[in-house]
Amino acid sequence: MCNCKDKNIYLPYMMQVEKVTVEAPGVKTLRLKFKNEEDEKSFSFRAGQFAEYSAIGDGECTFCIASPSTRKGYVECTFRQAGRVTSSLSKLEEGDTMGFRGPFGNYFPMEEWKGKNLLFIAGGIALPPMRSVIWTALDEREKYGDVTIVYGAKTVADLVYKNELKEWEDREDVTLITTVDPGGETPEWKGKVGFVPTVVGESPINAENTIAIVCGPPVMIKFTFPVLEKLGFAKENIYTTLENRMKCGVGKCGRCNVGKMYVCKDGPVFTAVDLAELPDDF
Amino acid sequence: MDTLYIKKSDIPSWWNAIKAAHDHVVAPVRKDKVVEFARVESYEQVATDYIQTTRSAKEVLFPRTERLFSYKKNGRDIEVQDFDPESVPSQVLWHVRPCDAASLFPLDAVFNWDYKDVMYNTRRERTAIVATSCATADEYCFCTSVGGGAGDTRGSDILLTYTADGAIAEVMTEKGKSLVALSQNLFTEYTAGDKDKYVADVPRVFDVEKLKEKMHGMFDSQVWKEQSERCLGCGACAYVCPTCSCFDIQENPKGSCGERLRCWDSCGFAQFTLHTSGHNPRSTQASRWRQRLMHKFSYIPQRQDSLGCTGCGRCSRACPVDMNIKEHLSSIDKIQ
Repeated sequence: MCNCKDKNIYLPYMMQVEKVTVEAPGVKTLRLKFKNEEDEKSFSFRAGQFAEYSAIGDGECTFCIASPSTRKGYVECTFRQAGRVTSSLSKLEEGDTMGFRGPFGNYFPMEEWKGKNLLFIAGGIALPPMRSVIWTALDEREKYGDVTIVYGAKTVADLVYKNELKEWEDREDVTLITTVDPGGETPEWKGKVGFVPTVVGESPINAENTIAIVCGPPVMIKFTFPVLEKLGFAKENIYTTLENRMKCGVGKCGRCNVGKMYVCKDGPVFTAVDLAELPDDF
Repeated sequence: MDTLYIKKSDIPSWWNAIKAAHDHVVAPVRKDKVVEFARVESYEQVATDYIQTTRSAKEVLFPRTERLFSYKKNGRDIEVQDFDPESVPSQVLWHVRPCDAASLFPLDAVFNWDYKDVMYNTRRERTAIVATSCATADEYCFCTSVGGGAGDTRGSDILLTYTADGAIAEVMTEKGKSLVALSQNLFTEYTAGDKDKYVADVPRVFDVEKLKEKMHGMFDSQVWKEQSERCLGCGACAYVCPTCSCFDIQENPKGSCGERLRCWDSCGFAQFTLHTSGHNPRSTQASRWRQRLMHKFSYIPQRQDSLGCTGCGRCSRACPVDMNIKEHLSSIDKIQ
């Protein structure tokens, strides 16, 4: 059983912060490069996997890898400053050192999606996990059919990746629908006003040959799934990524356990079929 | 398996040989009213007149607080110091109960499915287990209801069953054989029949196979709320449990140096699953109590072919409001 040569699964890679981008009030993206070349060479991940990011001395936080798997040499994470660790991470500047453990968990089966249309639905700070999948698809655009992105946030200011939203809006091979919650609009706002599930229901979406990828707060997921099913999506064609509280990321600490599943090992990517089988404990 | 016999008067010299061949022997020691596992220097220190230690033996393999790595900040750079397997001592766990030895199955499983936990595994590899059959039991014990027994050999390298003038030694593993080899001349073949008459009779109170099946469909049952109405959420049950393995990861910074630690945790605490956003999947004590029992009797068996309980009864003895797991499981068993 024991192989003392096994690696310490709790020891993070040391990363250098290469770039800091302010995405929205309190929301930042960090681009990280491996400090050790060997680590970088042996590292690869698939869109949808997550990692543990550490502000050494303050702790670790779980986020999905926000950069696409098609772009090598760095990883990015986007997070909202909310607790002790994210506050510490948001103080980091270019050139600083931080920790990174991963990639962990399963991933979106993008190989199986070849030739299919992709519908991305995200709410608020849940666009980052999906951004990895979106750019992975767009970097290999010829593999997929229509690409539609529905993205909503509380207010216009809370929309993240504003430059990339503009880029997606300008592309002819992407349909972007943005929305903000009622009251969150500005006089200049040209997008929609309404909650994500409602906007999805009112949009011209064809479920045929389409995969829906939904990511957002639990309440958004709960209300969006029935809308999609009404539009004709089969449960097995609806994907989401769960983010339960985690510590270890490797199926030991017990925190993300839901029924017989561990979000960190059996997820974070689940289909609506999987979710229907899980007890209501997430 | 070899079944051997050692005379009572010879046990101390075998014990001394074991002590000399290892860095430590960890055994139950009486401290005032409680008996706890501790490193012992002489055979006389070992306590034998007790039903159960307050805490289990699991901390020998999975310490309450354990360093994952340490670090040192140099300007904008950070140096990390990895766990050193060579720092782990060789040790013998002496006089553990069969219910503690049996807890190694769920512990081995969780620390080894998929990712391997090198800290746990190194300790496990360097620890030999000499268990002792229970000659007495109390009303909290229910090992026989969860597949174990007062003379169960599972998890032991050697199981000793004390007779009037010596001990029957069931040598289960290669590690056990090498412990015997330290004083081979003190052992003889044992052929005097069954050990059962020296082992406590622990009545079976429920059928665990039926219970597992029943619990599978009980997520929405009212029973969790009824049973947990008085639960304080203090976490004592998890702290004394031989199979509870959930942990937290915490930082311990000291200026520019520090360490990252893992510390025992409990699904009974409200903060265990609390998200930073304020969302808490298990926001009531009833849902946390359900998690405790479902994890042990439904979720673990579905994934790992073992139970998350060995029937040691420690959680019931430690509970400040007398929640008795044996009674709670029996009452679930009786629900139609």
